[in-house]
This record gives sequence, structure tokens and C-alpha cells, in this order.
Amino acid sequence: MADLIALTPCDGILPVTIGSINLTEDVPAAMTLIAPCAGQEEAVSATMEAAHGMAFPAVNRSTGKAGARAIWFGQGAALLQGPAATQELADIAALTDQSDAWTVVRLEGESAAAVLARLAPVDLRSHLFKRGHTARCEVSHMMGSITRVGPEAFQIMVFRSMARTLVHDLKTAMAAVDARG
Amino acid sequence: MRIICPICGDRDRREFYVKGAALARPEASATLEDWHDHVNLRDNPAGEIKELWYHEMGCSAWIEVCRSTVSHEIVSTRLASTADLGGKR
Repeated sequence: MADLIALTPCDGILPVTIGSINLTEDVPAAMTLIAPCAGQEEAVSATMEAAHGMAFPAVNRSTGKAGARAIWFGQGAALLQGPAATQELADIAALTDQSDAWTVVRLEGESAAAVLARLAPVDLRSHLFKRGHTARCEVSHMMGSITRVGPEAFQIMVFRSMARTLVHDLKTAMAAVDARG
Repeated sequence: MRIICPICGDRDRREFYVKGAALARPEASATLEDWHDHVNLRDNPAGEIKELWYHEMGCSAWIEVCRSTVSHEIVSTRLASTADLGGKR
């Protein structure tokens, strides 16, 4: 067996700090898309609660906390980040391993929402988009996912193949926001 | 232009892809004339029109959007799966 070198999506390009805004990479141990079968939504939520300590998230919301989080990920689906999904879910939901499929970054700083305002057509200000809120939305021309994971921190996801574009566009926006002071 | 996604809420038009008129699919027994109408013939109203839009950068839902071609107002939206166009969820 060849000795392969595993690289994370943002290997060599993160972390980056511009002014008071930090951009770092998150690498969840596992990511699994959970799409409950018709009529099994409550059973899936109960099983997740028992096995992972978090319910199936409502639309535009996330559950859990850092290290083990479930985020709403589109029509009838949620993404479990951190723990590997329990196989008890396999009979009542469609499970898809997406561990290597997404770039996950964390943008943190007082003006993080101002940075994202340049890239996403969704109002992410803290009085509307609170901790635990999430959105599937455009992130600088890419289909992405944005979740508020702290008072001044966002988790941003795009497809893995778009990691460099995401980091480039975030750095450009961070520099522009920082230059305005 | 803002479109109200029945799932995600009020979103910018650039998150959506438009397919075209929202039409019920003809029955399997439909005549050639019915299919010609379905595929090729469209109304071009100055007023309200129903179209199918896809929330491709959001929740991936197909949505039936009723909008006014005159004022650009979005009159109403609902999931295409509930619009009785022949598809089933």
C-alpha cells in the first residue's frame, strides 16, 4: 500500500489574519448528510438525540455545539459534523458520507458579518441571524452554507474543489473591510 | 428582484435559476397536438405569469412563482410539488 499524504482542502493557504479578522480552517472528523425517509422525521430526530445528543435541526437552524453539530442543509436534509453518524439511522434515513467533499472555514472577528455582507445576499447581522442560525445561500457565486457559531464567528462551507476561490474571495473582502477601518 | 422561497424565506433573485412556464404535463394518452402545445406554444401576457424556479444556491427546491411581467411584483410562491403539475413528492 502506497503511503499517501492526506491534505486538507485549505492546506497551505490558511490560517490568515487581516486586521482583527481571523480566517481558519475547520476539519470535522466526519461529515454525513442525513435525509430522513418520508414520515420518519421524528424517529430520525429521536435517534440522533440518543446517539449524538442533538435533535434534527429545523429549517435554517443548527443543533449541537462545536465538535458535534447538525446543520440544516437544504430541503429535507441535515449535515452531521464531527461524530460518524450512527448506523441505527441507516434504516430510516439516507446517509451519505461527505467527509472529504466540503471546505469548512471559520471567519471570526468584530466585522465578520460586514465581510460576509460583501459575498452573500443574505442579512447576517446579529439581531436577525443569531447563534445557531444557518442558511444555504450564495457565497460569492458559489452555492454554500453559512452558520453563525459564535457572537462574532461564522462557519462557511463550499464544495471542496472551490476552496482556493473561497479563501481568495474572503481575503479580498477582509482586506476591503479592514481598509475602511 | 426578491423571491420568497417557501422553505428558506425571502432571497435574492440571483440564488435562483428559472426554467420557464409552469405547465401540467399532458397525460400519456395526449395527442401530438397537445404535446406540440405543451412544448412549443406559450402565452406572453402583460400581467401575471406562473413559472418554475429552482433555488439552486439554497435549499434545492423547485418553486412555482407567480409574478407580474409588468410590475415585476412576486405575487405568490409555493413548492412545485404542491402545485398539482403532475409530479409527486
